[in-house]
Amino acid sequence: MPRPARTETGGDARIAAVWTQLAGVMDPELDESIVDLGFVEDIAIGTDGRVDVAFRLPTYWCSPNFAFLMADDIGRAVRALPWAREVHPRLEDHMFSQEVNRGTHLGLSFAETFRDLEVSDTLEGLRETFLRKAFQRRQEAVILGLRRAGWSDAAIVTTDLGTLDRTVLTDPEGLRQKPRYREILLARGLAARPSDLAFVTLDGAAITAEGLPVHLRGLRAIRINMEANGALCRGLLDARYDEGPRQRTAAPSTHACGGAGASSGCCGGCARQTVGQTTGSPLSA
Amino acid sequence: MFRTPDGEEIFIIDGHTHFWDGSPENQANIHGKQFIDCFYAYHNALSPKDQLWSKEQFEKYSADKMHHDLFVDGPDDMAIVQSTYLKEFYKNGFNTIERNLDMAKAYPDRYIVNGSFDPRDGEKALEYIHFMKENYNIKGVKLYTAEWKGDSRGWKLTDPSAYRCLELCQKLGITNVHVHKGPTIIPLDKDAFDVHDVDHAATDFQGLNFIIEHCGLPRLDDFCWIAVQETNVYGGLAVALPFIHSRPRYFAEVISELLFWVGEDKILFGSDYAIWTPRWLVEKFWNFEIPEDIKQEHGVDLTREAKRKILGLNAARLYNIDIEAQKARLKDASLAVAAE
Repeated sequence: MPRPARTETGGDARIAAVWTQLAGVMDPELDESIVDLGFVEDIAIGTDGRVDVAFRLPTYWCSPNFAFLMADDIGRAVRALPWAREVHPRLEDHMFSQEVNRGTHLGLSFAETFRDLEVSDTLEGLRETFLRKAFQRRQEAVILGLRRAGWSDAAIVTTDLGTLDRTVLTDPEGLRQKPRYREILLARGLAARPSDLAFVTLDGAAITAEGLPVHLRGLRAIRINMEANGALCRGLLDARYDEGPRQRTAAPSTHACGGAGASSGCCGGCARQTVGQTTGSPLSA
Repeated sequence: MFRTPDGEEIFIIDGHTHFWDGSPENQANIHGKQFIDCFYAYHNALSPKDQLWSKEQFEKYSADKMHHDLFVDGPDDMAIVQSTYLKEFYKNGFNTIERNLDMAKAYPDRYIVNGSFDPRDGEKALEYIHFMKENYNIKGVKLYTAEWKGDSRGWKLTDPSAYRCLELCQKLGITNVHVHKGPTIIPLDKDAFDVHDVDHAATDFQGLNFIIEHCGLPRLDDFCWIAVQETNVYGGLAVALPFIHSRPRYFAEVISELLFWVGEDKILFGSDYAIWTPRWLVEKFWNFEIPEDIKQEHGVDLTREAKRKILGLNAARLYNIDIEAQKARLKDASLAVAAE
């Protein structure tokens, strides 16, 4: 059943602004933007400042808790626009569409939304599990980028935030992930001042040069898993909606190459690093 | 039998196959439709274009077609058939052990049919395990922890009721427990694909082998940690292996991780038929070499011997299959057919 995204560019600056906000909303499990993943299907803006955002997931069975987090984050991100009066995220084609849409529409908490199922108050524990993985994946990309630029392990583990800020990476993935790593490093309180170590463990411990290879081995497993899941999710979404590679025209691109934000394949090497820098990104909230 | 380009015969045991009925006639509700649609999306997303089936063909296929795809056109020597009931979604179940046994009866030397149980059935689950052992002499079970039942939206291997079932399996010598971690929904605030219950169960049931289908995907990283610690935890390659076509470098990284953490003695080939067919998977896998840079980075290699183990020797060990004797039996059976 072909059903391409309906929103066109049209020159509406407000539509463009919504896309920009949505580009900062991550799939918590994949640590990738829901725009890049092709989850956002449609944006509609009413004259009264009401914003409707329709999104869909790769399968009917995708975890409802992640769906709820994404709906919640969409609401938060779009409400940050000064003119947006009411925001209605709408999850489509999902086993819990009704519950998630009702919950976010009424501003209910997760527990209130799913009161019939076995839940505790919040999703913070779940969110934390995947933020830890996101931290690790981003850190690995930056460390590998530095290694490829010729840095020694000793230099990497002793470098500070100020030095990292001044360093320009040429490795595409390192370049993309560096600002995202910095953001999550600061958000987690693992570094704050320019003189703080740029690379520490999740618990804030320093890493030794001798310990770096083992440390990286752990990070690598997380990255490979996330990449495999990302590839699977993209493939399943394309197959589900029979779209082939997505070519969205609407996203005001944050890509240096000017490409749209839809497909990971469109410009894998360009400076997508600005995605996720969006102020007020749910990851830093 | 798979014959390598240089003439070696490789004995193939396909560790994960299905004989399902997902047809509209059998669907009980929207969930049944969405379930087979999701499988079809997997088929579409990762198959080579020339291997795609029509939706109708995919929803329901014949025993003859399955035999042809696995053993005539395909390279399999034997196949393990996994039973998945899903009676809340399908009127007659998706693929019950009875349906699978009926399919398999014409080729007893080819198929190993596994049972299944649902610990939420309580005493009845224990009775059913006895029944399957006595009547069908099962060697293994397939457990689908995400199956819906009444108000329940999934279960864990560590549930007390599941432990009672596993105790009985161990006692009766039903030693191979294939675990499929689908998205369990309860508790909803936790990771639906969490694989840590496997860790506890594997520690507590040393007489059982736990084969984690899809290598724990989408929790491959967590699965690898568990498999390192538990000697009786294995990884089934279904879902991971088809990446060999569409994303060969991802596959190289995934198989390298598995070889490093899990090891070549504990990885099992499975086509997940009819999501994928074994011929292209086995051909590509045999010809696959890990790119040099990944080999160096991970410090592992996918050797000829590792491929032999993954494609058949490991499963033969778990299911006590004497490969030479089995080869002779299969040869006799095909001669008998030819003589008729």
